[in-house]
Amino acid sequence: MKRLLVLGAGTAGTMAVNKLRPRLSVDEWQMTVVEPSDVHRYQPGYLFLPFGAYTPEETFDDTDRYIPEGVERVRGEVDVVKPEENVVELVDGRTLPYDYLIIATGTTPRPDETPGMDDDAVWRKTVHEFYTFEGAMALRDTLADWPGGRLVVHVTEMPIKCPVAPLEFTFLADAFFAEKGMRDKVEIVYATPLEGAFTKPVASSLLGGMLEERSISLEPDFMIERVDSEPAQIVSMDEREVPFDLLVTVPLNMGADFIARSGLGDDLNYVPVDKHTLLSDKYDNIFAIGDASNIPASKAGSVAHFSMDLFPENFIQHINGQPMTHFFDGHANCFIESGRGKGMLIDFNYDTEPLPGKYPLPGVGPFSLLKETEINHLGKLAFRWMYWNMLLKGTELPLPALMSMAGKNTSVLETPVLDSTDKELEAVR
Amino acid sequence: MPNTTIAGRDVAVDDEGFLTDPSQWDETLAAELATNIGIEMTDDHWAVIKFLRDDYATQGETATTRRVDKVGGFPVKQQFVLFPKKPAKKMSYIAGLPKPHGCV
Repeated sequence: MKRLLVLGAGTAGTMAVNKLRPRLSVDEWQMTVVEPSDVHRYQPGYLFLPFGAYTPEETFDDTDRYIPEGVERVRGEVDVVKPEENVVELVDGRTLPYDYLIIATGTTPRPDETPGMDDDAVWRKTVHEFYTFEGAMALRDTLADWPGGRLVVHVTEMPIKCPVAPLEFTFLADAFFAEKGMRDKVEIVYATPLEGAFTKPVASSLLGGMLEERSISLEPDFMIERVDSEPAQIVSMDEREVPFDLLVTVPLNMGADFIARSGLGDDLNYVPVDKHTLLSDKYDNIFAIGDASNIPASKAGSVAHFSMDLFPENFIQHINGQPMTHFFDGHANCFIESGRGKGMLIDFNYDTEPLPGKYPLPGVGPFSLLKETEINHLGKLAFRWMYWNMLLKGTELPLPALMSMAGKNTSVLETPVLDSTDKELEAVR
Repeated sequence: MPNTTIAGRDVAVDDEGFLTDPSQWDETLAAELATNIGIEMTDDHWAVIKFLRDDYATQGETATTRRVDKVGGFPVKQQFVLFPKKPAKKMSYIAGLPKPHGCV
């Protein structure tokens, strides 16, 4: 009997066990998933909690409900992986041997990595985050009776989970205050380590324009050094000071600490893998999936989803000694809530940046890429149902795993190509 | 991919003027690239650029500012002093390497 051990029953880990169990003979393969939490969180819902748009109950369910029959769930926390011995040791002292290991322990916010950020005097009082359930709820309580002032939305360092979420939060905050009739009492600033609103040029320029339309000022190239409480301000490595009354930050994101203890991680505890197959660079029987790997794609459920459409076939080929042929392209597909009942959609991969167009049917949609529509917003809301009822259980969605160029307008790419050295250097300056 | 002439040589660059072939790089070229973006190279600058080149040779990807700090031993704050405003971009530009990942 061989054992496949999966660490983590979040989005990627749960999809993996649901997709692999039917493909592996129960007579030959024991499957075990290690997960400390009895609660499975619908993390995209955290964006809506601070504004009271989702109730807390809409963002969680039982972990075990989504673990299929034939997969053993071990409630426990990983202490260390010993890859030379093919065992995982848990904090409670148990030892789990494996033949193959899949690491799916995601990424988490680490406010303690930035001096001053999680000081008791400010943390969850004037300094908030919305990437944890507790954080989103604390922010909801603060926003409910916040009198207004200077709101700074801030990103610490890339990569972060769901890279569009801080922009969505900003758009939703603008709409939230407008609806409360107090937008004129709130100044909103968006501080980011990036050069613009987003990572990729076409989307960045469009999203930057949307910030401008909403009178939200952008503080680009802002690499934070520390958070000061008196006066309340964030200070950058090059001594820029941005004062705030309310700071909503995305703290540094890091993979699980056991990954570092096991010698399996990079500088941020992400497991280096082949970006097309998710196989560890170092060990032939270890994969890292979802946010836990170092692939240069967005850390997002949609990337986990598309990669999990291909991963099971690769895994079967690999255990049978065949070359893996189902190459992942870094496909991501994210709704961007823009407030006032509208949303946008972006669709991209390792090589192609988000472009305007229609999705999933070329020319038809119903979703519009890089454009604010009500249908996009409804799509984002409908996705919650799909997540619980189809995605986690491994049901195939009628969407291709690999990104398609059909339906995308590439003409926007033709103009910005630079022809003179001076122009090229402008970007560097 | 466009070509351009730097330090009297024909080199391949991308849309933003970054070298696309790290093997075309040498120190004369680096000094010229630095001048292009208003940086005068000192020993401190060279030490960082040397780390980036060596690290790229073993890792196959450009070190992030975090890695230049943690592994190279050059604090991020110092990187901002040496390569003002956009250290990640400026360091990789001068070192003739692709921009580091993390921007996704």
